[in-house]
Amino acid sequence: MDQTVALTRKDFQSDQEVRWCPGCGDYSILAAVQFLLPELGVDPDETVFISGIGCAARFPYYMNTYGMHSIHGRAPAIATGVAVARPDLDVWVVSGDGDALSIGGNHLIHALRRNVNLTILLFNNQIYGLTKGQYSPTSEVGKVTKSTPFGSIDQPFNPVSLALGAEATFVARTHDMDRKHMMEMFKRANEHRGASLVEVYQNCNVFNDGAFTPITGKDNRDNMLINLVHGEPIIFGADGQLCVVLNEFGEASVATTSEVDAGAILVHDESRPDPSVAFSLSRMSSGPSSPTPMGVFRSVSRPDYGSQVDQQILDAQSKGAADVNALLRNAATWTVEAS
Amino acid sequence: MSDQVSTLPVEQLDSVVIRFAGDSGDGMQLTGDRFASASAMFGNDLATLPNFPAEIRAPQGTLPGVSAFQIQISDWDISTPGDAPDVLVAMNPAALKSNLGDVVSGGAVLINTDTFTDRNLEKAGYAASPLTDGTLDGFRTFKIPMTQLTKDATAPLGVKPRDAERSKNFFALGVVSWMYSRPVEPTEEWVKAKFAGKELVIDANLAAFRAGYAFGETAELFDHVYEVRPASLPPGQYRNVTGNTALALGLLAASYRAKLPLLLATYPITPASDILHELSKDKRFGVRTVQAEDEIAAAGIALGAAFGGHLGVTTTSGPGVALKSETISLALSLELPMVIVDVQRGGPSTGLPTKTEQSDLFLALYGRHGEAPLPVVAAYSATQCFDAAIEACRIALKYRTPVILLSDGYLANGSEPWLIPDVEKLPDISVSFATEPNGTDDDGEPVFLPFLRDPETLARPWAVPGTKGLAHRVGGLEKADKTGNVSYDPLNHELMTELRAAKVAGIGSDIAPVSVDGPAEAKTLAIGWGSTWGAVKEACRRMNLAGRPIAHAHLTHLSPFADNLGEVLARYDTVIVPELNLGQLAHVLRGEFLVDAKSVTKVQGLPFTAGELVQRFTEIMEEA
Repeated sequence: MDQTVALTRKDFQSDQEVRWCPGCGDYSILAAVQFLLPELGVDPDETVFISGIGCAARFPYYMNTYGMHSIHGRAPAIATGVAVARPDLDVWVVSGDGDALSIGGNHLIHALRRNVNLTILLFNNQIYGLTKGQYSPTSEVGKVTKSTPFGSIDQPFNPVSLALGAEATFVARTHDMDRKHMMEMFKRANEHRGASLVEVYQNCNVFNDGAFTPITGKDNRDNMLINLVHGEPIIFGADGQLCVVLNEFGEASVATTSEVDAGAILVHDESRPDPSVAFSLSRMSSGPSSPTPMGVFRSVSRPDYGSQVDQQILDAQSKGAADVNALLRNAATWTVEAS
Repeated sequence: MSDQVSTLPVEQLDSVVIRFAGDSGDGMQLTGDRFASASAMFGNDLATLPNFPAEIRAPQGTLPGVSAFQIQISDWDISTPGDAPDVLVAMNPAALKSNLGDVVSGGAVLINTDTFTDRNLEKAGYAASPLTDGTLDGFRTFKIPMTQLTKDATAPLGVKPRDAERSKNFFALGVVSWMYSRPVEPTEEWVKAKFAGKELVIDANLAAFRAGYAFGETAELFDHVYEVRPASLPPGQYRNVTGNTALALGLLAASYRAKLPLLLATYPITPASDILHELSKDKRFGVRTVQAEDEIAAAGIALGAAFGGHLGVTTTSGPGVALKSETISLALSLELPMVIVDVQRGGPSTGLPTKTEQSDLFLALYGRHGEAPLPVVAAYSATQCFDAAIEACRIALKYRTPVILLSDGYLANGSEPWLIPDVEKLPDISVSFATEPNGTDDDGEPVFLPFLRDPETLARPWAVPGTKGLAHRVGGLEKADKTGNVSYDPLNHELMTELRAAKVAGIGSDIAPVSVDGPAEAKTLAIGWGSTWGAVKEACRRMNLAGRPIAHAHLTHLSPFADNLGEVLARYDTVIVPELNLGQLAHVLRGEFLVDAKSVTKVQGLPFTAGELVQRFTEIMEEA
């Protein structure tokens, strides 16, 4: 691509017809990414989208970049291979709650703890869509679905808590009703060197419609979304009437702003080396029914995996020439003379 | 010490088979390995068979805890570690009990008598001491208090008796080294390098080794020593190498000759882990090694690296192949190069993790969902693992396909002298990445068609991310011919299925034709694959010497077969297929060539001996 000509959203759209259900939240996430990438000035030829299986996983087909639609759950592993082999590339992973947290849970946590340089978007719609409506590892207890006619008895994962527990260096949450916020979170995640995970609350209008409406609906947002801003006291509500405080055990809870000392309101610090406070924030809501933090929970710097792999190679190469013939002979050898 | 010349008469042997056996904590693998190295340095040909339990430390003194190492050294070009030991070194009663039955009649048995306590005898299941009850009648028995002699030798150094006991394997090595006139320098130098910085350990091991050597000379137990002269091998520079090391070096050489960086992603599994250990040391060659979170991730990481333009490899054993199956099918569908190494072991399930078997052939050929043929290459000797690794990489890169390379526990851990090749003379296996659009769209604009195939190989272009103008998507959904776009068209699916199969089938003319060794008048063919090569070759040699003509062919490619295989099989009245499974290759040959193949099988976790093959081949030939 000629970088002297500014790219537009269209440059990142493939020629393939987008085949999500009409009204699916995935459309707005795709649009957010396609609007963002030209803004970031990235080269589509140096960008890779890797996905697993599920509705979200069709994403790479619609991006005019390099891409791979792979295997259920395995996208973080395959993307790790791309990122370790090719640290020069900008590698994104697009996944869903079933793909990332159920069948692929192991790969997700290990990509995070290794800090592989990946931007991971986790579309969380709390349902299995592509298989037509079974409960997922983020579905709430009691959820009635085709596979849980008497209600789900599984404790759901909280993806942000899980990522923090997996030693993630960047964890954020956003939702599909706010393109501006999505773009901001995706930008932050992509600029982070290392593994970044963004949970996106995403509406499945066919199998789990309105799951997030209690918090993301236009009328509910002000009092139900807690906007995390680095360095700012965490205050929310239409009139700033609500805030977040920590108790003596470090647990976060909602308080009425007028009833606490200004100094008692938690000032958000996404760069804390210790993830405990971020974890407390992640525990404030266990489902979309109470005030829910949105934004960057944690952003800390730690060497990324691929860079360290490369560094070990450079260190080894600085100690001597790489001679394959010498390596083959790097043992006790003897010579048989021609007789 | 090496210039000490024995005063005893020297008997020349053309070969000898020695087995070191002891408790799994006794260091028998190390002892055998040192004897092998010294023999290799001396110029003998050799082959080894390590045989150890899955437990790192099985209960001490018990039969399941016995670890053994067999080696054949010779003055001619041998291919097996020998059928039966001429010499057994037994470090405890359990080792004697579980190995004595294999020793040739009249063979030598060296016994560490210090361990023959009532308790150890009971653990080994001996009601009475075999040292005195006639068990050893018919053997030349040498009863040596090795533990005490080691303690005596190391006490002046200030070594505590408990620590001294750990050096008793070096005492045993010393005795056997003296018996067979082995050079001592390689072992002494190795001890000094291995334990550098631990002076007391070096001194103790050297003292024990020298004491053992001197014991042989002075104890008057032996009436003569033996000598196995250097073998007349092709000229050149040699080293000793195990199959796993050779395979790792082969992957690295393939990367060098392909001009592509190597990425090995692996999850630890016996008996394949040493390949990871070797390559993780070789970072200066640009090798990236990733110890993945699981077998599935290892395959995924290798595939991701291949997508990124690297030589992506994953190494494992049977259970790991099962886990990688879905990813292998994806690689096959994406038509990306990838090498999967299966170092086979006894199965199913955890099976016999430290023992050898060839029972993953069906898994390699068929262990995938959908119509999913892929090339399968099999290594046939420890040193040939090097060449097989390069061949697997060559096919994978040229045809953009996953390739399964089969090795096994016997090849992996066994060692033999290796005529070290010059990498610059190995074949160039480099491939070109796509750099330009290769088609035009409806408007006549240049486009990249990721599934437009090379008309000769049917391989698709490999365009790696970062290549300007070639951005494209691949995926597990069926792809339209040429464009690679998602397609549910019934006829396209059939076309793509047939194209993938035809691509693999076409490799049959791009591999070495099957060659046959043996007399022209032979009417019987023994056809094997993989690690049985040495035993089958030796069995056929003996039968031909005995006037029973038999030919030998050995398959290096199990999928596709070389194009001439059907013609070769048709030349013989009787086709015998020896393999360490219940007849998997025989089943395939019967199905593919309508040949009445006779199976000779074994699933004991051990390789065939040449002797048992001679017997079973003879039985079949007499029935025919």
